[in-house]
Amino acid sequence: MNSLRSKLTSHLYLSLFSFLMLYPVIWWAGASLKKTEELSLPTIWPSTPMWSNYWDGWHFSAEYTFAHFFGNTLLMELGNVLGGVATAAIVAYGFGRLNFKLRGFWFSILLLTMMLPGQVTVVPQYILFNKLGFVDSYVPLVLPHFFGGGAFFIFLLVQFIRGIPKDLDEAATIDGASVYGIFLRVILPLLKPALVTVAIFTFIWSWDDFFAQVLYLSSVDKFTVGLALRMFIDQFDIQWGQLLAMSLLSIFPSVIIFFLAQKHFVEGIATTGLKG
Amino acid sequence: MKAETASITGLKSKLAKPALKQKGANHLAGYVFISPWLIGFLLLTLWPIAQSFYLSFTDYSLLEDPVWTGTDNYTKIFTSDATFTKSLSVTFMFVLFSVPLKLFFSLMVALALSKSIRGMNIYRTAIYFPSLIGGSIAVAALWRNMFGIDGYINQVLAWFGIEGVGWISNPDTSLGTLILLNTWQFGSTMVIFLAGLKQVPQELYESASVDGAGKVRKFISITLPMLSPVMFFNLVLGIIGSFQTFTSAFIITKGGPINSTYMYAMFLYEKAFKHYQMGYASALAWILLSIVAILTVINFMASKYWVFYESDGGKTK
Repeated sequence: MNSLRSKLTSHLYLSLFSFLMLYPVIWWAGASLKKTEELSLPTIWPSTPMWSNYWDGWHFSAEYTFAHFFGNTLLMELGNVLGGVATAAIVAYGFGRLNFKLRGFWFSILLLTMMLPGQVTVVPQYILFNKLGFVDSYVPLVLPHFFGGGAFFIFLLVQFIRGIPKDLDEAATIDGASVYGIFLRVILPLLKPALVTVAIFTFIWSWDDFFAQVLYLSSVDKFTVGLALRMFIDQFDIQWGQLLAMSLLSIFPSVIIFFLAQKHFVEGIATTGLKG
Repeated sequence: MKAETASITGLKSKLAKPALKQKGANHLAGYVFISPWLIGFLLLTLWPIAQSFYLSFTDYSLLEDPVWTGTDNYTKIFTSDATFTKSLSVTFMFVLFSVPLKLFFSLMVALALSKSIRGMNIYRTAIYFPSLIGGSIAVAALWRNMFGIDGYINQVLAWFGIEGVGWISNPDTSLGTLILLNTWQFGSTMVIFLAGLKQVPQELYESASVDGAGKVRKFISITLPMLSPVMFFNLVLGIIGSFQTFTSAFIITKGGPINSTYMYAMFLYEKAFKHYQMGYASALAWILLSIVAILTVINFMASKYWVFYESDGGKTK
């Protein structure tokens, strides 16, 4: 009897707390349909839903619709995810399986770079991309992902590869496979679930990586969704209903991926210690 | 800022490890495989670090060549730049409050979520959700509306007879609003605590029960020591990450009012890319790096006294 009661109390507290945590998001969904006057109310549903907020917000810029900005962002994401997944796997195989001089040293350096504040490298990186004529293009945003996809993902995949039994490699070696063959035919297929995690997090983190976008993209034609929202916020007379509607749309790609890959998030994160 | 506990704790042992055995070595293939990272590291990390250090002793506007000015930038920053002092103290305040708040909060919630009851995954997902989207500009926009003078937060407070203020436009509350937003996104820290809680051997609790230990006693003598490596990890990365907070200050408050939320990362960004004082900004970056490095080293040294590693406790790995 006692345990049933304690379970019920747990459920009560947890659902209350979950509701409190999610309330701003629930309110947000309702607010995206509100008139400006109603936005100060904590209630969720508006008296008359303004579906036009979505239409007007979508067309807020005279030149482009949000379709253009979503297209830009997805294009950038395609490069980021491809670059990250492909090169992280290659580098992780090197660190995880091959013996070479200074491997321990380089691996320590890799781990140290995760703690390095980005502010130290951003100015010279900007100068470099500026000299190469890549400012106001997607190159500075996409190219870094082709260098192993980020220290964190390499580390994650190295851990994963170390968990794959070495017998498989040895069997392939006896069959005459080279290290390259082992990578392609043995490790890579087994790495698939971990690579899905890399792809998902690359997508979500790049979507939110506002700093790099605001730094490198300056012409509206190339704006990402995040930059379009910033342009929206900086208007003289903000149409809050429309802005909240477009903001809500802007998180949809990440949210959809979150729910499609929930198993990866809830279990995968817990086992790998991934930061979201 | 993202890594596993082992990455930091393993770093020490990694460095101490003897050179790997030569048997089965394949130097060329190894370097071929790590070359994407190695090239990226040399080109986009190591070289920029060196260049940033050099630039910090120069005056450089991007249009003309850098002019060597010795330690002028540093002298100016430390002696006559009031904005530096202000933004550094704002950032310290932010770190001082948001790191412990987030740690405490996420540990408490992780403890509540580690019980095994039906539907726990739904609660975990719901509570993790804000952290998934929290860093985005979309949420910054939402926050700015909610905490405005006409925002719904003030309406709710009015029910309790509290007179609302413009949380964002008031210099006394603006930083607190950003700290609250940061704390709302405790999900990833919590998830790491959850993973740590799963690692605690159940036998410890069982034998403690046999010895007659109560709930509080078990928490203090078992849970906390067993979680201390995870706590240490979250603390170190939390501090490093908080020092670099940018988007929320940039979008919600624009650093204001009267610089009350002028976070260091934003100050540096504006020096470099609004005023094009690249040398000055580089000096600011090196000061940030030094602060973060010193705090991290202090953390590592202090960890000897409170972080408990099973392998130190006489048990062999």
